Amino acid sequence: MSNDLTDILKELNIKSPDELFADIPESIRTKVLGLPPGMDEDALRRTAGEYAGMNKTIDQQHSFLGFGIYNHFVPAAVANVIGRNEFLTAYTPYQAEISQGLMQALFEYQSLVAELLDMDAVNSSMYDVSTSLGEAARMARNITDKDEFIVPAYIHRNKRAVLDNYAKGAGIKIREIGFDERGMIDLDALGNAINDNTAGVYAEYPNMFGIIDTNVSKIKEIIGESRMFVAGVNPISLGVLSPPGKFGADIAIGEGQVLGLGLNLGGPVVGLFGTKEQYIRKMPGKIMGLAKDHNGRIAFSMILQTREQHIRREKAVTNMTSNQALMAVAAAVYLSLLGDSGLRKVGKINMGRTRQLIEIAKEFDATLPYEDSPVFNEFLIRLNESKTFVNRIARKYNLIPGYILGKEYGFNERNTVNIVTNVTERNTDEDFNAYREFLREVA
Amino acid sequence: MPYHQAIFDEPIITDIRGRRTTKIPRENEDYDAEIPAIMKRDQIGLGDREEFTVIRHFVRLSEMNFGVDTGFYPLGSCTMKYNPKINDEIANLEGFRMLHPLQDASDIQGALKLMYELSELLKKITGMDEITLQPLAGASGEFTGLSIVRAYFECRKELETRREVVVPDSAHGSNPASSHMAGFEVVEIPSTPDGTVDVEKFKEAVSEKTAAFMITNPNTLGIFEDKIVEMANYAHSKGALLYYDGANLNGIMTKTTPARMGFDIVHLNLHKTFSTPHGGGGPGAGPVGVVEKLKDFLPYPMITFDGERYYNDYIPPKTIGKVASFYGNFAVLVRAWAYIRMMGEEGLRDACETAVANSNYMRKRIQEFMQVPGKPIKKHEFVASSAGSGMPKAGDIAKHLIDNGVHAPTIYFPLIVPEALMIEPTESATKAEMDLFIETVRQTLKLPKETFESEPRNLKVTKIDDVEASKNPKPTMRMARKSNLRLVQQVI
Repeated sequence: MSNDLTDILKELNIKSPDELFADIPESIRTKVLGLPPGMDEDALRRTAGEYAGMNKTIDQQHSFLGFGIYNHFVPAAVANVIGRNEFLTAYTPYQAEISQGLMQALFEYQSLVAELLDMDAVNSSMYDVSTSLGEAARMARNITDKDEFIVPAYIHRNKRAVLDNYAKGAGIKIREIGFDERGMIDLDALGNAINDNTAGVYAEYPNMFGIIDTNVSKIKEIIGESRMFVAGVNPISLGVLSPPGKFGADIAIGEGQVLGLGLNLGGPVVGLFGTKEQYIRKMPGKIMGLAKDHNGRIAFSMILQTREQHIRREKAVTNMTSNQALMAVAAAVYLSLLGDSGLRKVGKINMGRTRQLIEIAKEFDATLPYEDSPVFNEFLIRLNESKTFVNRIARKYNLIPGYILGKEYGFNERNTVNIVTNVTERNTDEDFNAYREFLREVA
Repeated sequence: MPYHQAIFDEPIITDIRGRRTTKIPRENEDYDAEIPAIMKRDQIGLGDREEFTVIRHFVRLSEMNFGVDTGFYPLGSCTMKYNPKINDEIANLEGFRMLHPLQDASDIQGALKLMYELSELLKKITGMDEITLQPLAGASGEFTGLSIVRAYFECRKELETRREVVVPDSAHGSNPASSHMAGFEVVEIPSTPDGTVDVEKFKEAVSEKTAAFMITNPNTLGIFEDKIVEMANYAHSKGALLYYDGANLNGIMTKTTPARMGFDIVHLNLHKTFSTPHGGGGPGAGPVGVVEKLKDFLPYPMITFDGERYYNDYIPPKTIGKVASFYGNFAVLVRAWAYIRMMGEEGLRDACETAVANSNYMRKRIQEFMQVPGKPIKKHEFVASSAGSGMPKAGDIAKHLIDNGVHAPTIYFPLIVPEALMIEPTESATKAEMDLFIETVRQTLKLPKETFESEPRNLKVTKIDDVEASKNPKPTMRMARKSNLRLVQQVI
């Protein structure tokens, strides 16, 4: 027992801290939970090292696995900034004057992401892109007072599963529209699908197959002012691709993991969320705003708090309290480091390298179902072999060729394997060689 | 030792322009992007700058920010305990950091083992029968739990009639907000003068229409709800489920479990009770535990173990689906696992006892000069009130504290206490730190009202015009520019 605790017990006139739990009825007290005994730091380090050593990392193999989480280069400076104790160990900045540093960093995140998305307002983070989508559907419903939300038939299953959960509670019906022969949103089907109950339409570029869906640019025109257009983007593509703001998106979302957050088995990441000025009061999440103090100096304030749960309770726009603030700071650092030139560069490298791998696939006459559609850094490849065989050959070359689409996406033909292959700036020539050797046997 | 904030007039990063020095892989190779014209981006608007410029900028910002590693941080309901550094080191191991969530289970046995083990540890701590680690924060856990409530009654064909979630008026705001998001109506019940739920009113409110009763125990006044078993039995007799908001688990950890109290669903805040850093607002993690009869409703995938290998493909038969893209905030889970393994049962008991002793010590000293509503014996936190008798407003006290190098408590919460100061020292506080806080509050109460008008004086900024900032919101530089433009146009 520490000296301080001894003093404190003396002040409280008690012999043991256990007396402070006398108000817990005896019938529900626990004596022993059965947890293992504690460890010293060194023993813990060794145990954790063993567990970590049981994993085969992405860097220990030739990986083309993306499909929602991408293996991009993370500058050392990002980890350095988010490791700063003052950021890492702070709470949500409820005492603004003593938290101005973090608030400015989050304001900068919002400002940088707003430029990237070409949207007026951005919140200071959602949990991930899936919850961004769920919240976007709820926001569309709140703005329009309509209860149907249209999504593409092909979006990441996990994203859809989260959306379904959010929709259920809000009484939103989800409808699907298919893709055309180029793997893009079927605009005729969209025209037929919208009606008086349509709250909003979600579409993404690059889409689940990596295709840069040019049809997205026409959606707002088709659905009109009264319905919300929710655009999903891969933010790292926006150095080379047009931003959603250009296409009239009312809400723009994206997975911020690609902005310097690394893999971490898929979490923590950060959901981007931006909107137009007129909808800012319907936007979920915490928002930092530029303000002035009473002496007229520039300051940062957590604005529009009357939308939030701690004030509005059940009428709040969302239940979100903790968010992914530190990940937003990481994304801000990444965007600051790369800047315009770096983002352009990384976009071009991703597209160029992907194109090179597609050319390799063509050498083997592999089936590329959407061969003529432009892609960013992912493409769909179809192999006429069994999954078991494909996996065996991949392992032989220490390769993950990508994500194999299963029956959850309607791909259930026997002896056909559909793979979404992702290429980033981190893929080496050795990776390409492994992919080539793999194709030589399976294509 | 009081805190002195560094002050820099730091420009906004987009206004700092220079030359990019951070090189990316294949920097010197030339690639041309073939992009359809409509999809081609013209300008971006972030600007370029040197890496050292970026680092200097963010280091300066960090120095204008207070964290738990800067000093005592007694925010009630937030459990700002020390975050052991070994946890960060472990989370950053290559073998954890460089894993992709869609890798085959055979590649990630160590990660699955860690998550499985963490679930087992949390099952013991809560007494629940199964745990999902997927929820991304406390409120995400609440939404998960209430989605399970919904699915359970849907399955029993009772959802049409069970539309209500009952919460005490002292509840965290996220409780009613999450209930609403899951599609329920909220029924609020009052507290008694001793700060606990009014059991009579509770019984009037709970009926066959009730889907769940949602409560944190100890409650937001830091008081253990000692009638919890009676309430649990009553709610169960009406067919309702009991939901435990685990935000305050630090006050009872190892002393009792939510299962013992009669709860069916529990969410935990790993960023509170289990020491993972708050990150300025997140990422957190909000695992959800349930009793046997609700296991089949948990989100997928569940991690299973056959005695030899770990699997990540089990989909519970009545699953609610998913609440996050992948496994949840894995790097946060690693830290919580490390914390529990290092502490062991004795360490967790010691943490809880020290936190509660600290809280009662501060309560006893502060009660000498302020009202502390509710029963005297507290758990991990307590609420003092500066209402009445000419004392300063809670907001003024808070600003005076931060101006004098002492972090403020949570203020104006819970809503049932006027001019509330909600104080939670946690186990990570020395007597000297608590004494400095208490003494500073005592001195603050003696100050004339005028003192507060111009505070804070010693920080980067003084009082902020929050009302104007929300009336004319400028969440981004581009909106600030638009707004300035409008001003200029008005002048012209």
